Amino acid sequence: MMPPVVELQRVTVQYGARTALNDVSAVFPTGAVGLLGPNGAGKSTMLRALLGFVPPTQGTLQVLGLDAASSPLAVRARVGYMPETDGHIPGMNAISFVAFCGELSGLPRADAMQRAHEVLFYVGLGEARYRNVETYSTGMKQRIKLAQALVHDPDLLFLDEPTNGMDPKGREEMLELILDIARNKGMNVILSSHLLPDVEHTCEHVVVLDKGSVATQGRIDGLKGPGGSVVELRVKGEPAPFLAALAAAGFRVHDTVDDIMRVFVPEGHNPQAIFALAASHRLQVRHFRASVETLEDVFAKAVGEA
Amino acid sequence: MPIHDQGYRRYGGRRRAFGKAWWVIARQQMRTMLSQKRYVALLILAWVPFVARVVQIYLAANFQQLSVLATSAQLFRGFLDQQGVAVFLLIVGTSGAIADDRRANALQVYLSKPLTRVEYIAGKLFTPIAFVLGITLLPALLLLLVHVAFSGSLSFVVQNLYLLPAILLYSVVQALLGTFTMMALSSLSKSRRFTALTFTGAFFFTAAMYQALQRITGSRLWALLSPRDVVDVIGDAAFRVPGPRAVPVWAALLAVVAMIGVSILVLERRVRGVEVVR
Repeated sequence: MMPPVVELQRVTVQYGARTALNDVSAVFPTGAVGLLGPNGAGKSTMLRALLGFVPPTQGTLQVLGLDAASSPLAVRARVGYMPETDGHIPGMNAISFVAFCGELSGLPRADAMQRAHEVLFYVGLGEARYRNVETYSTGMKQRIKLAQALVHDPDLLFLDEPTNGMDPKGREEMLELILDIARNKGMNVILSSHLLPDVEHTCEHVVVLDKGSVATQGRIDGLKGPGGSVVELRVKGEPAPFLAALAAAGFRVHDTVDDIMRVFVPEGHNPQAIFALAASHRLQVRHFRASVETLEDVFAKAVGEA
Repeated sequence: MPIHDQGYRRYGGRRRAFGKAWWVIARQQMRTMLSQKRYVALLILAWVPFVARVVQIYLAANFQQLSVLATSAQLFRGFLDQQGVAVFLLIVGTSGAIADDRRANALQVYLSKPLTRVEYIAGKLFTPIAFVLGITLLPALLLLLVHVAFSGSLSFVVQNLYLLPAILLYSVVQALLGTFTMMALSSLSKSRRFTALTFTGAFFFTAAMYQALQRITGSRLWALLSPRDVVDVIGDAAFRVPGPRAVPVWAALLAVVAMIGVSILVLERRVRGVEVVR
């Protein structure tokens, strides 16, 4: 078994009186791992702690086998960080900016310039590489942030909300890039996002954070659960007593958009029982469709929205 | 690899050892400053007084009728005083060094690379210090050499041996105090204009405050509040200018150390990869 790329043991990070990460222990295996959680869950704080921006008040952080607290430079030399917020060096065009980042990461000047060209083509900014970064659109700024994180060829990429502000086409292209990096370029990726489809599309593993603690972690396939099934359900009438009856009968329910509920049918239970329960509560079943368990369901279960 | 391949490749080349990123930052900042015509013009204009002094030394050495122009130790103090305006403008020109990075969220980009905060600050300080020394220390030392060349003897230098450390001390104090203060102010703001105005305001306001407080209280110790007057005291002592001084030189040196210390403290708190809002 490959050693994990990142390992946190009982890590607590505090900003003054506020606890951003509370006694977090997590393991990020090789490949692409999603760091999921609602806004304010502590995802960005975890990445910043791994980079040494914020020191933990307790616990240890290991990145690629290195202790993040005692060897922050060695960690940063092997990690590429794509921050959530826009960040560039003022007055530079894209090629100068990315080459400069390469030099800062230890590449010789000529190599940094050559790789800047290559990486900018790779992320789709080849034609715009001589434009000043300040004139870039939001989508282009996301791409250049990825380019500066890639230029020194890191072993591990931290991507913090990489699809923020992108149009659907751009978002799709960004996700394909991430997928390519993780699957074909031999690079490990930690993708921090609150967008479940992004993580589900690109990652095999997930760590779910909620209110500064790990809600769940593991392989996405495993977390979805081997047994049981899921149905989408919409009923007409007062649902509260019906939902209570479903829960009592062993079904787990959570709401989605458009009044459609997702009902988890445990292994050994018959979905037909839902009709019987609805009838006993004088409710009409308006929509009933078999579905599959998604990462959204895992997330909802983990952060207690069920 | 074919030239048309624009895919991603792993990098197999060598990497620089840690601890040298400050030079990458310094070189970049130098390139940025030298790409501004007004900055280059200022650097060139700052050498005009040097040319004038060279002419003066030449005339005094070669024409006995012009002995009134004869070189004295005070020529060097006068020259460095003359450079004060250019030094001030050069330092004001670097007001965006950290403020611009803060405006563009560049600190998180810099500090996510394998470099320390000290390296970042050193890289940002290097260019203004080098430029200031380039229009103070360098021409002043050249003036000494010019004097030796035109007079054909080392006697002036030997008689005024204290000039070498005096030039060095005065130039370095001027450069360090000005640039550290400017970098600290730059780290406090996201606007280069605001930083430049604050620096200018502080420079003149503290000098005016010293004058006012001195008149009101009769004490000249208030000079310790004014960086300009503090540097003057050190300059007077270094160049052995006779007459009473506003404050003892040790107090002036202590004030310089304190001001630089406060600047370092500000930089330590403000230059971070992540801004924590408590």
